[in-house]
Amino acid sequence: MDKPTGDMQTALTLNGTRVTVTPKVGERLSHTLRERLGARDVKVGCNAGDCGACTVLVDGAPVCACLMPTQQAAGRMVETLKGLRDSVEGRALMQRFQDHQAAQCGICTPGMMVSAVALLRAAPRPSEAQVMDALAGVLCRCTGYRKIIDAVMDAPTPLSGTGAVGDAIRRVDGAAKVSGNEAFGDDVAPDGALIVRIIRTPHPRAAFTLGDLAAWAAATPGVVSTLTAADVPGLNAFGVIPAFMDQPVFAQSEARFRGEAVAAVITTPDADVDLAQFPVTFTPLPDVQTVSAAMADGAPLIHADRAQNIMTGGFVQRGDAAAALARADVVVEGHFTSGFVEHAYIEPEAGFARTIGDRVEIHACTQAPVMDQEAVALILGWDKSRVRIVPTAVGGGFGSKLDLSVQPFLALAAIKTGKPVRLTYSRGESMQSTTKRHPSDLHVKIGALKDGTLSGMQFDGLFNTGAYASWGPTVANRVPVHASGPYRIADYRAEAKGIHTHCPPSGAFRGFGVPQSAIAQECLFDELAQALGMDALEFRAHNALKNGQPTVCGQVFDQGVGIGACFTALRPAWDRLRGECATFNAAHDGVKRGVGVAGGWYGCGNTSLPNPSTIKAGITADGRLMLHQGAMDIGQGSNTVIAQIFAQALGLPVGQITLIGADTDVTPDAGKTSASRQTFVTGAAAKLSGAAMRAEILQRLNAPETARLTLANGEITAGDRALRLADLPLNGEGYVFQSEETYDPPTKPLDENGQGAPYAQFGYAAHLAVVEVDLALGTVKPIRFVAAHDVGQAINPLLVEGQVQGGIAQGLGMALMEEYLPGRTENLHDYLIPTIGDIPPIDTLIVEEPDAHGPYGAKGLGEHVLIPTAPALLNAIYNATGARIRRVPATPARLRAALKGTP
Amino acid sequence: MGYAAPDALSDVLSLLAQHPSARVVAGGTDFFPALGDGVPPETLIDVTRVAELGGITHGPEGWRIGAAVRWSEVIGHPLPPCFDALKTAARAVGSVQIQNVGTVAGNLCNASPAADGVPPLLALEAEVELTGPTGTRRMPVQEFLQGVRKTALRRGEILSAIHIPAQPDGAGSAFEKLGSRKYLVISIVMVAANIWCAGGRITGARVAVGAASPVAQRLPGLEGDLIGLPVDAPGPFTRPAHLTILSPIADVRGSAAYRAEAVAELCDRAIRGAMRHG
Repeated sequence: MDKPTGDMQTALTLNGTRVTVTPKVGERLSHTLRERLGARDVKVGCNAGDCGACTVLVDGAPVCACLMPTQQAAGRMVETLKGLRDSVEGRALMQRFQDHQAAQCGICTPGMMVSAVALLRAAPRPSEAQVMDALAGVLCRCTGYRKIIDAVMDAPTPLSGTGAVGDAIRRVDGAAKVSGNEAFGDDVAPDGALIVRIIRTPHPRAAFTLGDLAAWAAATPGVVSTLTAADVPGLNAFGVIPAFMDQPVFAQSEARFRGEAVAAVITTPDADVDLAQFPVTFTPLPDVQTVSAAMADGAPLIHADRAQNIMTGGFVQRGDAAAALARADVVVEGHFTSGFVEHAYIEPEAGFARTIGDRVEIHACTQAPVMDQEAVALILGWDKSRVRIVPTAVGGGFGSKLDLSVQPFLALAAIKTGKPVRLTYSRGESMQSTTKRHPSDLHVKIGALKDGTLSGMQFDGLFNTGAYASWGPTVANRVPVHASGPYRIADYRAEAKGIHTHCPPSGAFRGFGVPQSAIAQECLFDELAQALGMDALEFRAHNALKNGQPTVCGQVFDQGVGIGACFTALRPAWDRLRGECATFNAAHDGVKRGVGVAGGWYGCGNTSLPNPSTIKAGITADGRLMLHQGAMDIGQGSNTVIAQIFAQALGLPVGQITLIGADTDVTPDAGKTSASRQTFVTGAAAKLSGAAMRAEILQRLNAPETARLTLANGEITAGDRALRLADLPLNGEGYVFQSEETYDPPTKPLDENGQGAPYAQFGYAAHLAVVEVDLALGTVKPIRFVAAHDVGQAINPLLVEGQVQGGIAQGLGMALMEEYLPGRTENLHDYLIPTIGDIPPIDTLIVEEPDAHGPYGAKGLGEHVLIPTAPALLNAIYNATGARIRRVPATPARLRAALKGTP
Repeated sequence: MGYAAPDALSDVLSLLAQHPSARVVAGGTDFFPALGDGVPPETLIDVTRVAELGGITHGPEGWRIGAAVRWSEVIGHPLPPCFDALKTAARAVGSVQIQNVGTVAGNLCNASPAADGVPPLLALEAEVELTGPTGTRRMPVQEFLQGVRKTALRRGEILSAIHIPAQPDGAGSAFEKLGSRKYLVISIVMVAANIWCAGGRITGARVAVGAASPVAQRLPGLEGDLIGLPVDAPGPFTRPAHLTILSPIADVRGSAAYRAEAVAELCDRAIRGAMRHG
């Protein structure tokens, strides 16, 4: 009989090669594969079988490697993406995933492709239902799954052109994502790096005292050192907005939300340290977790200097809303609420750091390398030139990876120990401690005249901003500017406040509060249309903002206002799908279908603040074209978009570009990947940079502006003129040609009434949703979306579709299933995001109303894509059933209660 | 101390006797999520290589599902229509990845109120076989499951097999699961129904409900009231009085009132489904 042994040798076959390892007792196969066998193409997203990122084949069957003890795989055949990519199915999938852009950030891609290989081996021509069944165990947060389905089913290729602006080409960085080579935050640490683990408070609010850490560390095998607030040499505070840097790296004496860091432990790589023994004593204190509790008389103040726990507010007023409502023929009003929404990217925050000389280098997933650099420098009390941020691939961000997470812990640990250190958040830590979408509590009143013209709107919004400011001030500012939607409302008053609570910090999440306000405004628009007896689409089209009309901030765009065109684009589908629903409903009793519509807009870039991006490029003496691209590609495709724009402006093929960066040592600041600004702002910088390089080349060759450039065989040619690059002098950076250009969108400050020019451009969107509601159970099955988006100019239509489909999936999640409850839904089986079976077909209608400021007319898109989704779904539910939902998510229990008329 | 993967049941029992704190692991689909970032137990006994615990077999007295039988084996094994609820539930357990390693027996031992496997087994009147140092005992699944995360398993004992007695001829079976998304979802509630008929009328029925009480429950009142109904009866069949045995709670997945309401609807749907497939 087998005697149980300690860390015994286990032999298995990995990707065709016999290997022997010595895992610990009950070690997860995922850990062994990644850390002992170098198979970092196996990704870990949850360690609980909820996300499927770690899917491998064991004897041909897909399993979650995080749920299998390595010893159970003894003698068996284990295959990962890297072992499957040379199979017939693997090769085909690698091509098809790139052709369809089925990989966005790429973190779920290995799990998806491994699952798909198993499917294609069993069913070479699978149906959509078979694909869904086979891939359902892998969650994706970026794509909305439809392009993955297309890739696995081998749908006709959507590619077009060679890379000019407007061509649907593959991602320029896509090959690494489908081959298992992409290196994310947890994939880059060198062997032997020390491990950082964080001690967090388990209470919403608690006083705490630390025991004798030195004695505990000395007595605990594997502990190298510890970190607390006392180890922070500079400012023990960070925040993304200078006036609101209120979040400590380590709490001092009182922790203000469940999951806040109070200390860290640095261990040797393979240590089993029981953190439950860490010497800390917590004393729970009375907490407030809702805005009403936080604003009540006598409520504890989260920050002593913020009375009533009000962080800050935003205000926009134009005309006289009260008078306009008084003269309106119809007035509707409502109280709308929403909960925390978790970003739920599949890659938890991760990275490694090391010191080099008197500098520290942080390799981690991020959306904002330069902001990270500046914030870490303040925390260290160092000049920022001593901090280098080298972003890894980012396995999804959606706003939350704009804020610091692992970076300060890594820097402090690397400096304290002098050794490389790594830190990867567990799924629970990621969910507890990083930012969320703000819960909203909105009172909204809107009026209209008999002819359908809007007459007055009042909006009062409270946003639960959690314990620390993060991007809360931005939400408070943006919401009043956007809460009108893309409509002409002459008389308007909107106020939003961010309220502190003992909850995780609310921050940036795709839309900065606008998806919440859009629910209230667009649902009330449906009620107005109904009260007036008007078609819901016609009502919106009638009030849609037009060129030359002032926004609620008094900003007048003479061009580029594309919302009317979006509604026009939806009209055929609106008429057809309403007819189909009527036919369906006549034939069905227990289930009913409905169609809903909603519009949206979003100002691209920072609100009334400087917002520059810089793009540098160079040509080497041996003829390589280098693009220093610092705009973080977090899956949305900025590497491809910026390269296409630059190539177009320069006049050389995109395929000749070598991308450099992002890396704060080698790429100039292209700003943060946020606020739908990269295509617009960094794109404009790339266009300027490409044009500047082209001008320099043409001048050097004395060639006309229309000359066609080539770069080949060590020569640059323009028309019939040529130069040998090796004959040209090198500049200080080793280039024979170099350009570096900056673009900052023109905006004007908002006055005390929110009047001004907050954005140089808005993007516009309108969605149509069809749902089927099971009346007895209150379940909603989305049947189809049609999404019209004014992007000014689609730089790459396939990337546009990818953003639209992924955004709709997130909007759908927010509308129907997602609600983060601190302490209760801190994993991916209690916190539900849409699976592959939840996203119906999505038709994307690209509207191109060019913008004068955007590169080639392009507008931002990243956030617009989810703003109309939730209200379109809620309006569709109403259309199907007559039930009005004013609290999202519309879970089956809530919808069923609404169907019965229970409050 | 360590990891053992014995190939004989007797070895599993000796190891359990020698290492009282040892944990038994099969699919790991409940073990690892519960472990999280914690320190693993010192001794793990992997039962997936024990030949006696494998296989689905059929004899005159019924079927035996070995304790190491995975959900994907249930899906792939030829079984009569009375197993349709169990097969449907098997497809609803997590994902393909989970079904490929998770076991039916593990689903019972984990004793979650929301275990998808339990209502179908109750509707089959399944029994568990528990093997310990002093021998083997059998008991109905209903008796084995004693509460939330609580079973009749004694120290030193393992669940070695699930026995399903011979089923009435022509019994149909259906499973209805309610969740907030299509896949990978913990049930809000779920219902299994097995029904058999003669002469166009229902002659026997077993209806079991999960996630509406600490342990899944049969609904004897409802089952009794179904007897004698014509097989094409439209329903509704389920009345509040049938559900008093349940004690649904409110949690993140739904309110208690909603669960109660949904159970009635799911019962009716499962009954119709079982009659259709009978």
